[in-house]
Amino acid sequence: MTSTIPILEARGLTRSFGAVRALDHVDFDINAGEVVALIGDNGAGKSTLVKALSGNLALDSGEIRYAGGVVDLNSTTAASKLGIETVFQDLALAPHLNPAQNMFLGREIPAPGVLGKLGFLDTKAMRLRSKAAFDDLGATVRSMTDPVGGMSGGQRQAIAIARAVAWAKGVIFLDEPTAALGVVQTKNVLETIRRVRDKGVGVVFISHNMPNVIEVADRVQVLRLGRRIATFEAKKTNMEELVAAMTGALDGAGA
Amino acid sequence: MTQTAAPTGVPVAPNEQGKAPNFLARLTGIQSFQILLVLIVIFLIFTLLAPTIFPNWTNIRQIVQNVSILAVLGIGMTFVIITSGIDLSIGSVLVFSGVVSAKVMQAIGGSGWGTALVGLVVAIVVGLLWGLLNGFLIAKAKVPPLIVTLGTLGAALGLAQVITNGVDIREVPTVLTDTIGYGNVVGTTIPLISLLALVIVVIFGIILHKTKFGLYTFAVGSNEEAARRVGVKVDRQLISIYALSGALAGLAGLLSLSQYGTTAIAGQSQTNLNVIAAVVIGGTSIFGGLGTMFGTMVGLFIPAVLQNGFVIIGVQPFWQQVAVGAVLVAAVFIDQRRRAAAARGSGSKSKVSLSSLWTRKK
Repeated sequence: MTSTIPILEARGLTRSFGAVRALDHVDFDINAGEVVALIGDNGAGKSTLVKALSGNLALDSGEIRYAGGVVDLNSTTAASKLGIETVFQDLALAPHLNPAQNMFLGREIPAPGVLGKLGFLDTKAMRLRSKAAFDDLGATVRSMTDPVGGMSGGQRQAIAIARAVAWAKGVIFLDEPTAALGVVQTKNVLETIRRVRDKGVGVVFISHNMPNVIEVADRVQVLRLGRRIATFEAKKTNMEELVAAMTGALDGAGA
Repeated sequence: MTQTAAPTGVPVAPNEQGKAPNFLARLTGIQSFQILLVLIVIFLIFTLLAPTIFPNWTNIRQIVQNVSILAVLGIGMTFVIITSGIDLSIGSVLVFSGVVSAKVMQAIGGSGWGTALVGLVVAIVVGLLWGLLNGFLIAKAKVPPLIVTLGTLGAALGLAQVITNGVDIREVPTVLTDTIGYGNVVGTTIPLISLLALVIVVIFGIILHKTKFGLYTFAVGSNEEAARRVGVKVDRQLISIYALSGALAGLAGLLSLSQYGTTAIAGQSQTNLNVIAAVVIGGTSIFGGLGTMFGTMVGLFIPAVLQNGFVIIGVQPFWQQVAVGAVLVAAVFIDQRRRAAAARGSGSKSKVSLSSLWTRKK
């Protein structure tokens, strides 16, 4: 692991909210084509770390490197340009827009020719490509023209994941992607994670579901009180060890 | 790791899901269509009650002409309300732009097209500046739209009175009053002002429903935070929309000058509320993310037809306000039910139709 340059690496990230130190010199790293699970108890700093690494949070100190070079992730646009995509727990979908519009929001395909210059959109192309992306994910999106606000939680989640997968070239963050899903859909998401990894994208998978974590992750990094306290090879660990690390019984152990 | 920013996978066969199984059922689920039915019913009732006077062209022409200036204002208001904002200042901006434009035309002198054209540009630019001020305060200073535009409502009207000492200017180039004000489209009896308004409405209707600018307007109103996260320039979008509303109010100021031949400083105190009512009656949600230009136009005609019809059949015209108030509340009630149904996650099956208002159990 040490010989390759991580696609995304964080060193000593610190961020305080008033007296609360949400991130306390936390380190993190992920290689291209790797699934890293990020686990920790509530308040361990998982979501804060994801926000920092996806351009949604200003840091007090610390350094983020992308493919070896120091980057300034001061906005989601900056992160997107690098190919870093995030699926947040709130999904960040516009409920009144349809799946295709959400899929391409901010990255619309202009209509060909002069109409495109005038701001007209190639709705049909976006619809077809969205449909293809959903099929690729094995997601059943009932309608491409109804607003997503009227769809089930699972469908909305599938749309948000498909959107991130479609645009992520470097790293994709999935914050509790399976929390609202049924058994079959969860399987689909795990399958998608593997497929995205096989394309060479780094997948950061945040979950409380330990069997899922062990099943899909290559490495597991454990956060506690705003620090990374352990890193495990998923193949060589088990649920007891992970839970012990999360709750602090293993402080100081691990990589 | 593909360089193309495209969803992966081969294109699949064109999906058939875009076509709703029942076009008519879909149509009746759209609030602007429901409100069109209401308008048609009102129209038919007045036609039955006053068959010789109400439905003839002279009368309808009158209604259409009366609605034209409000239609221009309604365009901007539709954009604004879709972003879940509000613009109370349009009536005052209309007056202020009219006053400044009239002053400039007065200073230039003459009553030809040259003067009129300068007046037109001045009116639009002045309105645009008020709109930019609104937009900047809302998007950058984060002051709520209701407060910002309440402030500019007072400021613009006050300044208009300062400029004129409260006395209306009654000098308007005759080319304006003769053509835009009272003239018809050559060879017809269609009011020129109405054709102008219609053209502008259609253009901005297309922008709203077919372009990226329109899509971002809906996106900002639907989920501002989500739009921001995917890189939509939310602040710029909001400033542009309030600027548009202001510029259209400026244009309406010149149209008003043309139609009435006076700055009518005191005559616009209800304009903002009338336009907001029309937009909401037309099915645009005050909570943002939802609305149509077509609905706004239908929503403008309901008060206009009621007022006209009541006069003709001899009912006190004050009843118009009562009726419009009732329609307004009903429209928002339907919108609320629709939103509640959507939030339950049952999608198109739970669309609220007018008929479901009569049947308590579904």
